[in-house]
Amino acid sequence: MNRGVMWLLALLAAAVMPLVLSSYHVDLATRILIFAVLAMSIDVLAGFVGRTSLCHGAIFGVATYVVIWAMAKAGLPAAPAFLSGVLAATLVAALFGLLAVRTSGVYFLLLTVALGMVVWGICLRWTGVTGGENGLRGQDMRPGFLLARENFYWLVLAVAALTAWAMQRFVNSPFGLSLRGIRDSESRMRALGYNVPLHLFVGFAVSGFFAGVAGALYAFFNEYVSPSSVAMGQSVAGLLMAIVGGIGTLFGSFIGAAAIILLENTVSWYTDRWQAVLGLVFILTMIFAPEGILGTVRRLAAPKGRAR
Amino acid sequence: MTLHRRTLLGSTAALLAAPAYAPALAQTGPIKIGVMAPLTGVLAAGGREMVDGVTMFVEQAGKKMAGRDVELVVEDDGSNPDTSLQKARRLVEQAKVDFMMGNLLANTGLAVAGYVRGTGTPYFIPIIAADELTQRGRIPNVVRVAGYSASQMAHPLGDWAWKKGYKKIATIGQDYTFGHEQCAGFARVFSNAGGQVVRQFWHPLNTSDFSPYLGQLASLGVDAIFAMETGADATRFIQQYASFGLKQRIPLLGAMNATDQSVIRTLGAECEGIVSSAHFAEGSDVPATKAFVEEHVKRFNRIPSLYGFAMYSCTMWVAKALEKIGGRAEDRAALLAAVRETELDNSPLGRPVKLDEFGNPVYDVYIRQTVKRADGKYWNVPLETYPRVSQFWRYSPEEYMRQSPYSRENQYIRQG
Repeated sequence: MNRGVMWLLALLAAAVMPLVLSSYHVDLATRILIFAVLAMSIDVLAGFVGRTSLCHGAIFGVATYVVIWAMAKAGLPAAPAFLSGVLAATLVAALFGLLAVRTSGVYFLLLTVALGMVVWGICLRWTGVTGGENGLRGQDMRPGFLLARENFYWLVLAVAALTAWAMQRFVNSPFGLSLRGIRDSESRMRALGYNVPLHLFVGFAVSGFFAGVAGALYAFFNEYVSPSSVAMGQSVAGLLMAIVGGIGTLFGSFIGAAAIILLENTVSWYTDRWQAVLGLVFILTMIFAPEGILGTVRRLAAPKGRAR
Repeated sequence: MTLHRRTLLGSTAALLAAPAYAPALAQTGPIKIGVMAPLTGVLAAGGREMVDGVTMFVEQAGKKMAGRDVELVVEDDGSNPDTSLQKARRLVEQAKVDFMMGNLLANTGLAVAGYVRGTGTPYFIPIIAADELTQRGRIPNVVRVAGYSASQMAHPLGDWAWKKGYKKIATIGQDYTFGHEQCAGFARVFSNAGGQVVRQFWHPLNTSDFSPYLGQLASLGVDAIFAMETGADATRFIQQYASFGLKQRIPLLGAMNATDQSVIRTLGAECEGIVSSAHFAEGSDVPATKAFVEEHVKRFNRIPSLYGFAMYSCTMWVAKALEKIGGRAEDRAALLAAVRETELDNSPLGRPVKLDEFGNPVYDVYIRQTVKRADGKYWNVPLETYPRVSQFWRYSPEEYMRQSPYSRENQYIRQG
C-alpha cells in the first residue's frame, strides 16, 4: 500500500511537470515516458519470463512505421492509424513469438536478434513503402487538441500510467505467476500440466502489444521514422533502460529510461565523448548495482533478513 | 565565438530566468548558429571536416558577422536520424539558435527538415543531397545553400561520357536513395543521348568484398564503368578495381564522392585517372580555389574535402546575407529572403553562384580527373566545364517534377 502511495505521488509530480519545465524539457520527458513503456515491455519478458529479447525495438518500430505510413500515405485519421500501428506490432510479435518460444537462454537472444534484423532489412530495402534509408516523414499528425506539447505529454503520461498498471496486473495475475514458474523451472511447469509454449506465446504477444503502444506514441512524437528506429540499437537501448532501472521491477523502467535519456542529453552538452561516459555508467551499474537502480533501492530499503 | 557548450548553458539559464529581458538580449547578443555534424561513428572524420570548414570561415571573419559576435553551438548528430532530431530540438528550443546548418547523411537531414518545417527555423544543408528537398518535397525554410542535389552533378557526366565516345556503360552503386539518384542522373542523360546502359549493379552499404561485382563487370564488354561510391566503400572499390586488373582495361567514371579528398587522401596510384564531375575541384588553378586550398592545408594539414569546402562556403554565404540585412539573424523571413537573393561571388569556387527559385545552387560543373601532385598526393583537376548546371539539367523544372522521382526502379534508362 505504501508503495502504491509513493507511485501515486510520483504520478502527480509527473503530471505537474509541464507547468514548470521549458518546452524542450517537456519533449524530453515525453520521450522518457515513451521509452519507459518500451523498456517495461521488455522487462515483462526479461524479468518475469526469463527471456531477454533483442527484437522489441523492431516491434516498436513496426508500430511507428505503420502509424506514419497509415497517416501520410493511406490518409487515415489519427485514431485508426494509432490502432493499426499497435495491431501490426502485436501481429509481428505474435509471429515472432511462434518462432521464439521454442528457445530459451542465449538461443532466444540470438533468434530475436535475427528476427529484428529481418524487420530492419525489410524497412531498408522495401523502398516503395518504407522510403528506404530516407525513411518516412509524417506531417501534422497530431490532432488539434494534442498540438500543444503539454497536452501531448499528458496524453503520453496517461497512456504510460495505464500501460504500467496493466503490465503490473498482468505479471501479478495467475497467468503471470505461471510465466514466473516457467522462468524458474520450465520442466516442472510442464510436469504440472501447463502448456508452456502457449503461455510463452501469449506472454510474448502481450509484451509485443505494449512495445507497439510505445512505438505508436513515438510516431506522433517524432513524426519521422527510418530504419534506425527498428535497428538493433533501438532494442538494445530499451533493454539497457530496463537493466539500469532494474530487471524484474517493471516500474524501474521509468527510472532507467530517465537516467539514460537525461545522461545522453546532458553529457553530450559537455563532451563529444559522451558515448564513452555512457559506457562507463553501464559498466559501473553492472558492477555495483546489478539489480538496477530500483532493485538496489528496494534491497537497501527492505528490512534485513527478508528477501524481496 | 565560443565553441564551448558550458557558456551556452549559462546564457540559456539567464534567458530562462529573466524572460522579460530576453528580447533585448537577443538583439544585442551574439548571432547563434547551430551546427550539426556526425562527430561519432564511422562518419566522424567527415563530420570533423565539416565543423573545421565552419570554424575556418568564422575565424577568418574575425568571429563576427555583420558586426555582431558569432557563437557556434556544435552538436553531434551521431549519423542517426533520431539523434539528429533530438539534437535539432535542443538547438532550437533550448539553445535558441537563430538558424542551423549541417548534417551529412541524407536521412539525418530529412529528419531535421521535417522538424524545422514546424518551427520555421532556417536550416541550411550544404551536404544533404536528397533531391526531393529542393524539388517535390521542398520546405520554405530549408535551403541548400552551397550544396548540391544528388543527381545534379551526375547529369553532366552522362553527357560527357557520351561525347567522349563511350557507347556501352555499366553502373554500380550503393543501394540507397543517394546511390539511386546519382546513378539515375547519369544513366538517364547517357542513355537519352544514345548510349546503352548495359547493366546496373546495386550493392549494400559497407560491402567489403567487391569481387562478385567486379567479375561480372569485367565480362560485360563495356566501354566504361560508372561507380557511385562513398566513404569506405569508395576506398575499397577503387582498390579492388585496380587489383582485379580492371584499371588498365576499362576506364572508371565516378560520382563526385567517389574521388573526394576524404577518399583519395588515403589512396595511391590506384585512384589515378578516375573521371568524376563536381562543382568543386581542389586541384583547380582558379586563384580563389588555390588560396582556399593553401589556407586549409596550412590550418589542418590536409587538402580540403567536399565537406570542408561546402560548410565553409555555406557559412560565407549566410554571413553575406546577414550583412545585407544588418545582422538581424532573428528575423527569419528577412534572413531566408536574403540568403535566397545572395549571389556569392567570393567563394573558393572563384565564380559567382546563386540559387535557383527552388533553393538549390546553379553551378558551373567541372568534369575532373584525379591527378598526382608533385608531393605524391592525389587531387582532382578540371578537364572541362559545363556552365550553369541546375538541378534539373536541361529539362524543364515543371516537367521534371511532374515525373516520379529517381529511385531504384525509376532510372529513366532509354532502351535501344
